Amino acid sequence: MRRELPLAICFIMGLIMAVQFFIPHAYSQWLFDNMLKWLIIVLTFAMILGIGNLIKLHIQKVQRRRRDWVYSIVALFGIGASLVTGFGWGIEADSPFMVLYNYVQIPMQATMFSLLAFYIASAAFRTFRARTVEATLLLVAAVIVMLGRVPLESIVGQWLPDLAEWILDYPNMAAKRGIMIGIGLGAISTALKIILGIERSWLGGGD
Amino acid sequence: MKTLSGAFILILALGSAALAAAEEPSPTPVTARDVPNDAGGAIDITWLASPLEKEEGFKGYDVGRRAPGEKEFATVAELTPGEAVYQDQEAEDGVEYEYRIRALPADGAPVVLGVANATASGQWFNTDRINALVGVIFTCSIIIFFIVRAKGGAELFVRKIAGLDAVEEAVGRATEMGKPILFVSGLSDASDISTIAAMTILAKVARKTAEYETPLLVPCYDPIVMLVEKEMVRQAYTEVGKPDAFDEDSVFFVTQSQFGYVAAVDGIMLREKPATNFYMGAFYAESLILAETGAQTGAIQIAGTDRVTQLPFFITACDYTLMGEELYAATAYLGRDPLFLGSLKGQDWVKAAIMAVLVVGTVLLIISVNYGIWFANLFETAAG
Repeated sequence: MRRELPLAICFIMGLIMAVQFFIPHAYSQWLFDNMLKWLIIVLTFAMILGIGNLIKLHIQKVQRRRRDWVYSIVALFGIGASLVTGFGWGIEADSPFMVLYNYVQIPMQATMFSLLAFYIASAAFRTFRARTVEATLLLVAAVIVMLGRVPLESIVGQWLPDLAEWILDYPNMAAKRGIMIGIGLGAISTALKIILGIERSWLGGGD
Repeated sequence: MKTLSGAFILILALGSAALAAAEEPSPTPVTARDVPNDAGGAIDITWLASPLEKEEGFKGYDVGRRAPGEKEFATVAELTPGEAVYQDQEAEDGVEYEYRIRALPADGAPVVLGVANATASGQWFNTDRINALVGVIFTCSIIIFFIVRAKGGAELFVRKIAGLDAVEEAVGRATEMGKPILFVSGLSDASDISTIAAMTILAKVARKTAEYETPLLVPCYDPIVMLVEKEMVRQAYTEVGKPDAFDEDSVFFVTQSQFGYVAAVDGIMLREKPATNFYMGAFYAESLILAETGAQTGAIQIAGTDRVTQLPFFITACDYTLMGEELYAATAYLGRDPLFLGSLKGQDWVKAAIMAVLVVGTVLLIISVNYGIWFANLFETAAG
Protein backbone atom coordinates (compact mmCIF):
# COMPACT_ATOMS: atom_id res chain seq x y z
CA MET A 1 0.00 0.00 0.00
CA ARG A 2 2.93 2.32 0.77
CA ARG A 3 3.95 2.14 -2.89
CA GLU A 4 0.63 1.40 -4.58
CA LEU A 5 -1.18 4.49 -3.28
CA PRO A 6 1.38 7.06 -4.51
CA LEU A 7 1.58 5.20 -7.83
CA ALA A 8 -2.21 5.29 -8.20
CA ILE A 9 -2.33 9.01 -7.32
CA CYS A 10 0.46 9.69 -9.79
CA PHE A 11 -1.30 7.73 -12.56
CA ILE A 12 -4.68 9.40 -12.01
CA MET A 13 -3.32 12.93 -11.61
CA GLY A 14 -0.86 12.52 -14.49
CA LEU A 15 -3.67 11.41 -16.77
CA ILE A 16 -6.04 14.16 -15.59
CA MET A 17 -3.45 16.90 -16.10
CA ALA A 18 -2.54 15.57 -19.55
CA VAL A 19 -6.21 15.52 -20.59
CA GLN A 20 -6.76 18.94 -19.00
CA PHE A 21 -4.39 20.47 -21.55
CA PHE A 22 -6.93 19.72 -24.28
CA ILE A 23 -10.02 20.95 -22.40
CA PRO A 24 -10.49 24.71 -22.31
CA HIS A 25 -13.79 24.58 -20.38
CA ALA A 26 -14.16 26.58 -17.15
CA TYR A 27 -14.31 23.39 -15.04
CA SER A 28 -11.00 22.30 -16.49
CA GLN A 29 -9.46 25.72 -15.75
CA TRP A 30 -10.85 25.57 -12.23
CA LEU A 31 -9.17 22.21 -11.72
CA PHE A 32 -5.87 23.51 -13.09
CA ASP A 33 -5.98 26.68 -10.95
CA ASN A 34 -6.72 24.65 -7.85
CA MET A 35 -3.87 22.26 -8.59
CA LEU A 36 -1.54 25.26 -8.75
CA LYS A 37 -2.90 26.51 -5.41
CA TRP A 38 -2.29 23.09 -3.89
CA LEU A 39 1.22 23.16 -5.26
CA ILE A 40 1.84 26.52 -3.56
CA ILE A 41 0.45 25.19 -0.27
CA VAL A 42 2.63 22.08 -0.42
CA LEU A 43 5.64 24.21 -1.37
CA THR A 44 5.05 26.51 1.59
CA PHE A 45 5.07 23.61 4.03
CA ALA A 46 8.08 22.12 2.30
CA MET A 47 9.85 25.46 2.63
CA ILE A 48 9.33 25.32 6.40
CA LEU A 49 10.92 21.86 6.38
CA GLY A 50 13.75 23.14 4.20
CA ILE A 51 14.54 26.07 6.47
CA GLY A 52 14.27 23.79 9.50
CA ASN A 53 16.76 21.43 7.89
CA LEU A 54 19.13 24.32 7.17
CA ILE A 55 18.97 25.65 10.74
CA LYS A 56 19.43 22.17 12.23
CA LEU A 57 22.43 21.49 10.03
CA HIS A 58 24.21 24.69 10.98
CA ILE A 59 23.40 24.41 14.70
CA GLN A 60 24.87 20.89 14.69
CA LYS A 61 27.94 22.18 12.92
CA VAL A 62 28.46 24.88 15.55
CA GLN A 63 27.74 22.53 18.45
CA ARG A 64 30.19 19.89 17.21
CA ARG A 65 32.77 22.49 16.21
CA ARG A 66 33.07 20.96 12.74
CA ARG A 67 35.47 22.43 10.19
CA ASP A 68 34.57 26.02 9.19
CA TRP A 69 31.86 26.17 11.87
CA VAL A 70 32.33 29.95 12.08
CA TYR A 71 30.61 30.29 8.69
CA SER A 72 27.61 28.53 10.18
CA ILE A 73 27.29 31.30 12.76
CA VAL A 74 27.17 33.83 9.92
CA ALA A 75 24.49 31.74 8.15
CA LEU A 76 22.44 31.42 11.35
CA PHE A 77 22.81 35.15 12.02
CA GLY A 78 21.58 35.89 8.46
CA ILE A 79 18.55 33.63 8.86
CA GLY A 80 17.77 35.11 12.29
CA ALA A 81 18.15 38.72 11.12
CA SER A 82 15.85 38.10 8.14
CA LEU A 83 13.20 36.42 10.30
CA VAL A 84 13.30 39.08 13.04
CA THR A 85 13.25 42.07 10.68
CA GLY A 86 10.66 40.48 8.38
CA PHE A 87 8.21 39.47 11.09
CA GLY A 88 8.99 42.46 13.31
CA TRP A 89 8.71 45.36 10.87
CA GLY A 90 7.13 43.85 7.77
CA ILE A 91 8.40 44.04 4.21
CA GLU A 92 7.41 47.59 3.21
CA ALA A 93 9.75 49.62 1.05
CA ASP A 94 11.82 51.22 3.85
CA SER A 95 11.52 48.43 6.40
CA PRO A 96 14.72 46.97 7.93
CA PHE A 97 14.08 43.73 6.04
CA MET A 98 14.07 45.54 2.68
CA VAL A 99 17.16 47.51 3.69
CA LEU A 100 18.93 44.21 4.35
CA TYR A 101 17.59 42.82 1.08
CA ASN A 102 18.46 45.85 -1.06
CA TYR A 103 21.83 46.71 0.45
CA VAL A 104 23.19 43.29 1.44
CA GLN A 105 21.57 40.49 -0.51
CA ILE A 106 21.22 42.15 -3.92
CA PRO A 107 24.84 43.44 -4.01
CA MET A 108 26.09 39.98 -2.99
CA GLN A 109 24.01 38.34 -5.73
CA ALA A 110 25.25 40.89 -8.24
CA THR A 111 28.82 40.13 -7.20
CA MET A 112 28.32 36.42 -7.86
CA PHE A 113 26.66 37.13 -11.20
CA SER A 114 29.43 39.48 -12.29
CA LEU A 115 31.97 36.67 -11.81
CA LEU A 116 30.41 35.17 -14.91
CA ALA A 117 32.26 37.65 -17.12
CA PHE A 118 35.64 36.34 -15.92
CA TYR A 119 34.53 32.72 -16.12
CA ILE A 120 33.32 33.22 -19.69
CA ALA A 121 36.73 34.62 -20.62
CA SER A 122 38.61 31.69 -19.07
CA ALA A 123 36.18 29.13 -20.53
CA ALA A 124 36.39 30.72 -23.99
CA PHE A 125 40.18 30.64 -23.86
CA ARG A 126 40.13 26.92 -23.07
CA THR A 127 37.53 26.07 -25.69
CA PHE A 128 38.98 28.06 -28.57
CA ARG A 129 42.36 26.39 -28.59
CA ALA A 130 42.41 24.99 -32.12
CA ARG A 131 43.71 21.48 -31.44
CA THR A 132 41.31 19.55 -33.64
CA VAL A 133 39.31 20.23 -36.79
CA GLU A 134 36.11 20.59 -34.73
CA ALA A 135 37.75 23.01 -32.29
CA THR A 136 39.11 25.04 -35.23
CA LEU A 137 35.63 25.22 -36.78
CA LEU A 138 34.27 26.33 -33.44
CA LEU A 139 36.96 28.97 -33.13
CA VAL A 140 36.33 30.34 -36.64
CA ALA A 141 32.55 30.42 -36.13
CA ALA A 142 32.93 32.07 -32.72
CA VAL A 143 35.28 34.76 -34.06
CA ILE A 144 32.89 35.54 -36.94
CA VAL A 145 29.86 35.73 -34.62
CA MET A 146 31.71 37.85 -32.05
CA LEU A 147 33.05 40.29 -34.65
CA GLY A 148 29.69 40.31 -36.43
CA ARG A 149 28.10 41.65 -33.26
CA VAL A 150 30.53 44.59 -33.16
CA PRO A 151 29.56 47.61 -35.32
CA LEU A 152 32.40 47.26 -37.83
CA GLU A 153 30.33 47.52 -41.04
CA SER A 154 31.91 50.85 -41.99
CA ILE A 155 35.39 49.26 -41.93
CA VAL A 156 34.88 45.67 -43.16
CA GLY A 157 31.47 45.94 -44.83
CA GLN A 158 28.05 44.38 -44.25
CA TRP A 159 29.18 40.85 -45.15
CA LEU A 160 30.54 40.19 -41.66
CA PRO A 161 27.30 40.86 -39.70
CA ASP A 162 25.38 39.02 -42.44
CA LEU A 163 27.66 36.00 -42.15
CA ALA A 164 27.36 36.04 -38.35
CA GLU A 165 23.58 36.18 -38.66
CA TRP A 166 23.62 33.31 -41.17
CA ILE A 167 25.67 31.15 -38.78
CA LEU A 168 23.20 31.85 -35.97
CA ASP A 169 20.08 31.39 -38.09
CA TYR A 170 21.00 28.24 -39.99
CA PRO A 171 23.70 25.85 -38.68
CA ASN A 172 23.24 26.99 -35.09
CA MET A 173 19.45 26.96 -35.22
CA ALA A 174 19.40 23.56 -36.94
CA ALA A 175 21.55 22.05 -34.17
CA LYS A 176 19.45 23.70 -31.46
CA ARG A 177 16.22 22.42 -32.96
CA GLY A 178 17.64 18.92 -33.28
CA ILE A 179 18.51 18.94 -29.58
CA MET A 180 15.12 20.39 -28.66
CA ILE A 181 13.22 17.70 -30.56
CA GLY A 182 15.19 15.09 -28.62
CA ILE A 183 14.44 16.89 -25.35
CA GLY A 184 10.71 16.97 -26.13
CA LEU A 185 10.65 13.25 -26.84
CA GLY A 186 12.74 12.49 -23.77
CA ALA A 187 10.38 14.53 -21.61
CA ILE A 188 7.30 12.74 -23.03
CA SER A 189 8.94 9.37 -22.53
CA THR A 190 9.96 10.16 -18.94
CA ALA A 191 6.48 11.50 -18.12
CA LEU A 192 4.91 8.39 -19.62
CA LYS A 193 7.20 6.10 -17.61
CA ILE A 194 6.30 7.95 -14.40
CA ILE A 195 2.56 7.98 -15.12
CA LEU A 196 2.56 4.27 -15.99
CA GLY A 197 4.60 3.46 -12.89
CA ILE A 198 7.59 2.09 -14.82
CA GLU A 199 9.87 4.78 -13.39
CA ARG A 200 9.51 4.56 -9.62
CA SER A 201 12.74 5.95 -8.25
CA TRP A 202 10.94 9.14 -7.15
CA LEU A 203 9.12 6.98 -4.60
CA GLY A 204 12.37 6.55 -2.73
CA GLY A 205 13.51 3.34 -4.39
CA GLY A 206 16.26 2.51 -6.81
CA ASP A 207 14.03 1.50 -9.72
CA MET B 1 -47.26 37.49 -76.41
CA LYS B 2 -46.18 35.28 -73.55
CA THR B 3 -42.57 36.16 -74.23
CA LEU B 4 -43.35 39.88 -74.17
CA SER B 5 -45.27 39.70 -70.91
CA GLY B 6 -42.49 37.60 -69.38
CA ALA B 7 -39.89 40.20 -70.38
CA PHE B 8 -42.07 42.94 -68.96
CA ILE B 9 -42.41 41.15 -65.60
CA LEU B 10 -38.64 40.56 -65.51
CA ILE B 11 -37.91 44.25 -66.21
CA LEU B 12 -40.42 45.21 -63.53
CA ALA B 13 -38.89 42.86 -61.02
CA LEU B 14 -35.34 44.06 -61.73
CA GLY B 15 -36.47 47.68 -61.58
CA SER B 16 -38.21 47.26 -58.23
CA ALA B 17 -35.21 45.39 -56.85
CA ALA B 18 -32.90 48.20 -57.96
CA LEU B 19 -35.24 50.73 -56.42
CA ALA B 20 -35.37 48.83 -53.13
CA ALA B 21 -31.56 48.59 -53.10
CA ALA B 22 -31.26 52.33 -53.64
CA GLU B 23 -33.66 53.05 -50.78
CA GLU B 24 -31.92 50.78 -48.24
CA PRO B 25 -28.81 52.05 -46.38
CA SER B 26 -25.57 50.43 -47.51
CA PRO B 27 -25.16 47.24 -45.46
CA THR B 28 -22.49 47.34 -42.68
CA PRO B 29 -22.61 43.88 -41.19
CA VAL B 30 -22.03 43.32 -37.51
CA THR B 31 -21.23 39.80 -36.40
CA ALA B 32 -21.09 38.35 -32.92
CA ARG B 33 -19.93 34.86 -32.08
CA ASP B 34 -18.82 32.81 -29.12
CA VAL B 35 -15.02 32.81 -28.76
CA PRO B 36 -13.93 29.36 -29.94
CA ASN B 37 -11.81 27.02 -27.80
CA ASP B 38 -12.14 29.04 -24.61
CA ALA B 39 -13.34 28.53 -21.07
CA GLY B 40 -16.55 30.44 -21.79
CA GLY B 41 -17.77 33.90 -20.78
CA ALA B 42 -16.47 35.65 -23.90
CA ILE B 43 -18.00 36.80 -27.19
CA ASP B 44 -16.22 38.29 -30.19
CA ILE B 45 -17.97 41.16 -32.00
CA THR B 46 -16.71 42.38 -35.36
CA TRP B 47 -18.02 44.97 -37.80
CA LEU B 48 -17.09 46.71 -41.01
CA ALA B 49 -15.76 50.23 -40.74
CA SER B 50 -18.42 52.94 -41.03
CA PRO B 51 -18.20 55.37 -43.99
CA LEU B 52 -18.39 58.09 -41.29
CA GLU B 53 -14.76 57.27 -40.41
CA LYS B 54 -13.69 59.39 -43.36
CA GLU B 55 -15.37 62.46 -41.84
CA GLU B 56 -13.35 64.85 -39.76
CA GLY B 57 -13.84 64.58 -36.02
CA PHE B 58 -15.23 61.03 -36.12
CA LYS B 59 -15.25 59.87 -32.48
CA GLY B 60 -15.30 56.09 -32.85
CA TYR B 61 -17.72 53.30 -32.00
CA ASP B 62 -20.03 52.47 -29.16
CA VAL B 63 -20.60 48.81 -28.29
CA GLY B 64 -23.92 48.22 -26.59
CA ARG B 65 -25.15 45.01 -25.02
CA ARG B 66 -28.63 43.87 -24.09
CA ALA B 67 -29.57 40.69 -22.24
CA PRO B 68 -33.01 39.05 -22.67
CA GLY B 69 -35.65 41.04 -20.79
CA GLU B 70 -33.67 44.29 -20.88
CA LYS B 71 -35.18 47.18 -22.83
CA GLU B 72 -32.15 49.38 -23.35
CA PHE B 73 -28.66 48.60 -24.63
CA ALA B 74 -25.97 49.25 -22.01
CA THR B 75 -22.67 50.57 -23.33
CA VAL B 76 -19.92 48.02 -22.61
CA ALA B 77 -17.13 49.75 -24.53
CA GLU B 78 -16.30 52.87 -26.49
CA LEU B 79 -13.65 52.30 -29.11
CA THR B 80 -11.44 54.63 -31.10
CA PRO B 81 -11.72 55.11 -34.90
CA GLY B 82 -10.14 52.30 -36.88
CA GLU B 83 -11.09 49.58 -34.42
CA ALA B 84 -13.44 46.94 -35.75
CA VAL B 85 -13.15 44.14 -33.19
CA TYR B 86 -14.25 43.88 -29.59
CA GLN B 87 -14.18 40.95 -27.20
CA ASP B 88 -16.76 41.03 -24.45
CA GLN B 89 -15.25 39.08 -21.57
CA GLU B 90 -18.07 39.80 -19.16
CA ALA B 91 -20.69 37.63 -20.85
CA GLU B 92 -22.53 35.00 -18.89
CA ASP B 93 -22.56 31.50 -20.37
CA GLY B 94 -25.90 30.38 -21.85
CA VAL B 95 -27.40 33.88 -22.08
CA GLU B 96 -28.20 35.11 -25.58
CA TYR B 97 -26.98 38.70 -25.78
CA GLU B 98 -27.77 41.29 -28.41
CA TYR B 99 -24.89 43.52 -29.44
CA ARG B 100 -25.42 46.86 -31.13
CA ILE B 101 -22.62 48.81 -32.77
CA ARG B 102 -23.06 52.55 -33.24
CA ALA B 103 -20.78 54.91 -35.08
CA LEU B 104 -20.20 58.20 -33.26
CA PRO B 105 -19.98 61.09 -35.73
CA ALA B 106 -18.42 64.44 -34.82
CA ASP B 107 -21.84 66.04 -34.59
CA GLY B 108 -25.30 64.62 -34.36
CA ALA B 109 -26.83 61.42 -33.12
CA PRO B 110 -24.99 58.07 -33.19
CA VAL B 111 -25.62 55.94 -36.27
CA VAL B 112 -26.55 52.32 -35.70
CA LEU B 113 -24.37 50.04 -37.83
CA GLY B 114 -26.16 46.87 -36.94
CA VAL B 115 -27.20 44.39 -34.28
CA ALA B 116 -26.05 40.79 -33.81
CA ASN B 117 -26.84 38.06 -31.33
CA ALA B 118 -24.54 35.51 -29.67
CA THR B 119 -24.38 33.17 -26.68
CA ALA B 120 -21.15 32.46 -24.79
CA SER B 121 -20.17 28.92 -23.86
CA GLY B 122 -17.10 26.99 -22.79
CA GLN B 123 -15.79 24.19 -25.00
CA TRP B 124 -14.92 20.68 -23.92
CA PHE B 125 -12.23 20.19 -26.50
CA ASN B 126 -9.71 22.64 -27.93
CA THR B 127 -9.84 21.96 -31.66
CA ASP B 128 -6.68 24.06 -32.15
CA ARG B 129 -4.81 21.29 -30.36
CA ILE B 130 -6.00 18.30 -32.39
CA ASN B 131 -2.58 17.96 -34.01
CA ALA B 132 -0.89 18.03 -30.58
CA LEU B 133 -3.25 15.29 -29.39
CA VAL B 134 -2.51 13.18 -32.48
CA GLY B 135 1.22 13.73 -31.93
CA VAL B 136 1.05 12.75 -28.25
CA ILE B 137 -1.04 9.63 -29.00
CA PHE B 138 1.33 8.64 -31.80
CA THR B 139 4.45 9.18 -29.66
CA CYS B 140 3.02 7.40 -26.62
CA SER B 141 1.79 4.47 -28.75
CA ILE B 142 5.23 3.94 -30.29
CA ILE B 143 6.96 4.15 -26.89
CA ILE B 144 4.45 1.77 -25.27
CA PHE B 145 4.80 -0.63 -28.22
CA PHE B 146 8.57 -0.85 -27.69
CA ILE B 147 8.19 -1.14 -23.91
CA VAL B 148 5.85 -4.11 -24.44
CA ARG B 149 8.27 -5.57 -26.98
CA ALA B 150 11.15 -5.19 -24.56
CA LYS B 151 9.05 -6.86 -21.87
CA GLY B 152 8.69 -9.80 -24.25
CA GLY B 153 12.46 -10.23 -24.26
CA ALA B 154 13.44 -8.52 -27.53
CA GLU B 155 17.12 -7.60 -27.86
CA LEU B 156 17.53 -3.84 -28.04
CA PHE B 157 20.70 -2.06 -29.05
CA VAL B 158 21.49 1.23 -27.34
CA ARG B 159 24.39 3.38 -28.50
CA LYS B 160 27.17 4.21 -26.07
CA ILE B 161 26.91 7.42 -24.08
CA ALA B 162 30.36 8.40 -22.83
CA GLY B 163 29.05 10.61 -20.04
CA LEU B 164 27.09 7.77 -18.52
CA ASP B 165 29.87 5.24 -18.97
CA ALA B 166 32.02 7.61 -16.93
CA VAL B 167 29.72 7.50 -13.89
CA GLU B 168 31.26 4.27 -12.58
CA GLU B 169 34.78 5.61 -13.16
CA ALA B 170 33.92 8.90 -11.45
CA VAL B 171 32.55 7.17 -8.36
CA GLY B 172 35.56 4.85 -8.30
CA ARG B 173 37.94 7.79 -8.49
CA ALA B 174 36.26 9.53 -5.55
CA THR B 175 36.45 6.32 -3.54
CA GLU B 176 40.16 5.90 -4.24
CA MET B 177 40.87 9.51 -3.34
CA GLY B 178 38.73 9.33 -0.19
CA LYS B 179 36.89 12.45 -1.26
CA PRO B 180 33.17 13.11 -1.55
CA ILE B 181 30.96 13.23 -4.62
CA LEU B 182 28.92 16.38 -5.18
CA PHE B 183 25.54 16.02 -6.87
CA VAL B 184 23.70 19.18 -7.94
CA SER B 185 20.21 18.47 -9.27
CA GLY B 186 19.63 21.80 -10.94
CA LEU B 187 17.89 24.99 -9.97
CA SER B 188 14.32 24.11 -10.70
CA ASP B 189 11.51 22.59 -8.69
CA ALA B 190 10.07 19.10 -8.56
CA SER B 191 7.46 19.91 -11.22
CA ASP B 192 10.21 20.30 -13.81
CA ILE B 193 10.69 17.09 -15.79
CA SER B 194 14.47 17.66 -15.97
CA THR B 195 14.62 17.78 -12.15
CA ILE B 196 12.80 14.45 -12.04
CA ALA B 197 15.31 13.06 -14.54
CA ALA B 198 18.13 14.38 -12.33
CA MET B 199 16.60 12.71 -9.29
CA THR B 200 16.44 9.36 -11.06
CA ILE B 201 20.14 9.68 -11.91
CA LEU B 202 20.88 10.53 -8.27
CA ALA B 203 19.16 7.28 -7.25
CA LYS B 204 21.61 5.35 -9.47
CA VAL B 205 24.64 7.33 -8.30
CA ALA B 206 23.60 6.90 -4.65
CA ARG B 207 23.50 3.12 -5.07
CA LYS B 208 27.08 3.18 -6.28
CA THR B 209 28.26 5.54 -3.53
CA ALA B 210 26.47 3.31 -1.03
CA GLU B 211 28.26 0.22 -2.39
CA TYR B 212 31.67 1.87 -2.12
CA GLU B 213 30.75 3.88 1.01
CA THR B 214 31.83 7.07 -0.71
CA PRO B 215 30.59 10.30 0.92
CA LEU B 216 27.86 11.99 -1.08
CA LEU B 217 26.91 15.68 -0.86
CA VAL B 218 23.58 16.80 -2.31
CA PRO B 219 22.93 20.53 -1.79
CA CYS B 220 19.33 21.28 -2.82
CA TYR B 221 17.79 24.39 -4.29
CA ASP B 222 14.19 23.34 -3.70
CA PRO B 223 12.85 22.00 -0.39
CA ILE B 224 10.49 19.47 -2.04
CA VAL B 225 13.36 18.18 -4.16
CA MET B 226 15.40 17.90 -0.96
CA LEU B 227 12.74 15.77 0.73
CA VAL B 228 12.38 13.43 -2.26
CA GLU B 229 16.12 13.13 -2.80
CA LYS B 230 16.72 12.40 0.87
CA GLU B 231 14.30 9.48 0.67
CA MET B 232 15.82 8.27 -2.60
CA VAL B 233 19.35 8.29 -1.21
CA ARG B 234 18.21 6.65 2.04
CA GLN B 235 16.47 3.92 0.02
CA ALA B 236 19.56 3.40 -2.13
CA TYR B 237 21.68 2.80 0.98
CA THR B 238 19.04 0.44 2.38
CA GLU B 239 18.84 -1.52 -0.86
CA VAL B 240 22.57 -2.23 -0.93
CA GLY B 241 22.37 -3.37 2.69
CA LYS B 242 24.12 -0.37 4.26
CA PRO B 243 21.37 1.72 5.85
CA ASP B 244 23.70 2.81 8.67
CA ALA B 245 26.13 4.33 6.17
CA PHE B 246 23.50 6.87 5.11
CA ASP B 247 24.23 10.32 6.49
CA GLU B 248 21.04 12.30 7.15
CA ASP B 249 22.91 15.54 6.55
CA SER B 250 24.28 14.53 3.17
CA VAL B 251 21.13 15.80 1.41
CA PHE B 252 20.40 19.33 2.57
CA PHE B 253 18.54 22.48 1.61
CA VAL B 254 20.62 25.55 0.79
CA THR B 255 18.54 28.46 -0.48
CA GLN B 256 16.18 29.43 -3.27
CA SER B 257 18.25 32.46 -4.15
CA GLN B 258 19.98 31.66 -7.47
CA PHE B 259 23.34 33.24 -6.77
CA GLY B 260 23.13 32.57 -3.06
CA TYR B 261 22.94 28.90 -4.02
CA VAL B 262 25.90 29.26 -6.36
CA ALA B 263 27.95 30.93 -3.62
CA ALA B 264 27.16 28.10 -1.21
CA VAL B 265 27.93 25.31 -3.70
CA ASP B 266 31.13 27.03 -4.88
CA GLY B 267 32.14 27.28 -1.21
CA ILE B 268 31.49 23.56 -0.73
CA MET B 269 33.62 22.78 -3.81
CA LEU B 270 36.52 24.88 -2.59
CA ARG B 271 36.40 23.64 1.01
CA GLU B 272 35.52 19.96 0.54
CA LYS B 273 37.30 19.50 -2.81
CA PRO B 274 34.96 16.77 -4.12
CA ALA B 275 36.60 14.30 -6.49
CA THR B 276 33.53 14.23 -8.75
CA ASN B 277 30.87 16.80 -9.49
CA PHE B 278 27.54 15.93 -11.10
CA TYR B 279 25.40 18.73 -12.52
CA MET B 280 22.10 17.28 -13.67
CA GLY B 281 18.82 19.01 -14.36
CA ALA B 282 17.79 22.58 -15.14
CA PHE B 283 20.46 25.28 -15.03
CA TYR B 284 20.52 28.94 -15.92
CA ALA B 285 23.17 31.68 -15.78
CA GLU B 286 24.93 29.95 -12.89
CA SER B 287 25.97 26.91 -14.93
CA LEU B 288 29.36 28.25 -15.97
CA ILE B 289 30.16 29.65 -12.51
CA LEU B 290 29.55 26.21 -10.99
CA ALA B 291 31.33 24.27 -13.71
CA GLU B 292 34.38 26.55 -13.88
CA THR B 293 34.83 26.49 -10.10
CA GLY B 294 34.59 22.71 -10.22
CA ALA B 295 37.16 22.58 -13.03
CA GLN B 296 39.55 24.72 -10.96
CA THR B 297 39.35 22.24 -8.07
CA GLY B 298 40.40 19.43 -10.42
CA ALA B 299 37.24 17.36 -10.04
CA ILE B 300 35.90 15.04 -12.73
CA GLN B 301 32.74 16.74 -13.88
CA ILE B 302 29.71 15.16 -15.51
CA ALA B 303 26.89 17.47 -16.52
CA GLY B 304 23.51 16.92 -18.12
CA THR B 305 20.87 19.46 -18.93
CA ASP B 306 17.97 20.09 -21.26
CA ARG B 307 18.56 23.85 -21.24
CA VAL B 308 20.02 24.35 -24.72
CA THR B 309 21.54 27.74 -23.90
CA GLN B 310 23.58 26.28 -21.03
CA LEU B 311 24.94 23.29 -22.94
CA PRO B 312 27.95 25.15 -24.44
CA PHE B 313 29.07 26.19 -20.95
CA PHE B 314 28.93 22.64 -19.64
CA ILE B 315 30.62 21.26 -22.74
CA THR B 316 33.41 23.78 -22.22
CA ALA B 317 33.99 23.29 -18.52
CA CYS B 318 33.02 19.65 -17.87
CA ASP B 319 34.65 16.36 -18.80
CA TYR B 320 31.40 14.80 -19.98
CA THR B 321 28.10 16.39 -20.91
CA LEU B 322 24.75 14.71 -21.44
CA MET B 323 23.04 16.74 -24.11
CA GLY B 324 19.29 17.15 -23.90
CA GLU B 325 17.65 13.77 -24.39
CA GLU B 326 20.70 11.93 -22.99
CA LEU B 327 19.69 13.31 -19.58
CA TYR B 328 16.40 11.45 -19.89
CA ALA B 329 18.11 8.34 -21.24
CA ALA B 330 20.39 8.08 -18.21
CA THR B 331 18.12 5.90 -16.07
CA ALA B 332 17.63 3.42 -18.90
CA TYR B 333 21.33 3.36 -19.71
CA LEU B 334 22.56 2.99 -16.14
CA GLY B 335 19.88 0.52 -15.08
CA ARG B 336 19.80 -1.55 -18.32
CA ASP B 337 16.23 -2.46 -17.47
CA PRO B 338 14.50 -3.77 -20.64
CA LEU B 339 11.42 -1.62 -19.96
CA PHE B 340 13.51 1.52 -19.87
CA LEU B 341 15.50 0.49 -22.92
CA GLY B 342 12.22 -0.12 -24.74
CA SER B 343 11.16 3.47 -24.08
CA LEU B 344 14.50 4.66 -25.48
CA LYS B 345 13.94 2.64 -28.63
CA GLY B 346 10.47 4.12 -28.97
CA GLN B 347 11.93 7.61 -28.73
CA ASP B 348 14.37 6.79 -31.52
CA TRP B 349 11.56 5.63 -33.82
CA VAL B 350 9.52 8.73 -33.17
CA LYS B 351 12.64 10.75 -33.95
CA ALA B 352 12.94 8.87 -37.24
CA ALA B 353 9.29 9.72 -37.99
CA ILE B 354 9.95 13.41 -37.26
CA MET B 355 12.95 13.33 -39.60
CA ALA B 356 10.75 11.82 -42.31
CA VAL B 357 8.21 14.61 -41.78
CA LEU B 358 10.98 17.20 -42.07
CA VAL B 359 12.15 15.68 -45.36
CA VAL B 360 8.59 15.59 -46.74
CA GLY B 361 8.04 19.21 -45.67
CA THR B 362 11.28 20.34 -47.29
CA VAL B 363 10.49 18.54 -50.56
CA LEU B 364 6.96 19.99 -50.63
CA LEU B 365 8.33 23.47 -50.01
CA ILE B 366 10.76 23.04 -52.88
CA ILE B 367 8.01 21.81 -55.22
CA SER B 368 5.46 24.45 -54.22
CA VAL B 369 5.49 27.14 -51.55
CA ASN B 370 1.74 26.75 -51.05
CA TYR B 371 1.97 23.00 -50.44
CA GLY B 372 4.93 23.55 -48.11
CA ILE B 373 3.08 26.16 -46.03
CA TRP B 374 -0.05 24.01 -45.94
CA PHE B 375 2.03 21.08 -44.68
CA ALA B 376 3.80 23.24 -42.08
CA ASN B 377 0.47 24.61 -40.83
CA LEU B 378 -0.63 21.05 -40.02
CA PHE B 379 1.90 21.12 -37.20
CA GLU B 380 1.04 24.55 -35.85
CA THR B 381 -0.49 24.31 -32.40
CA ALA B 382 -2.14 26.87 -30.11
CA ALA B 383 0.16 27.75 -27.22
CA GLY B 384 -0.74 26.47 -23.76
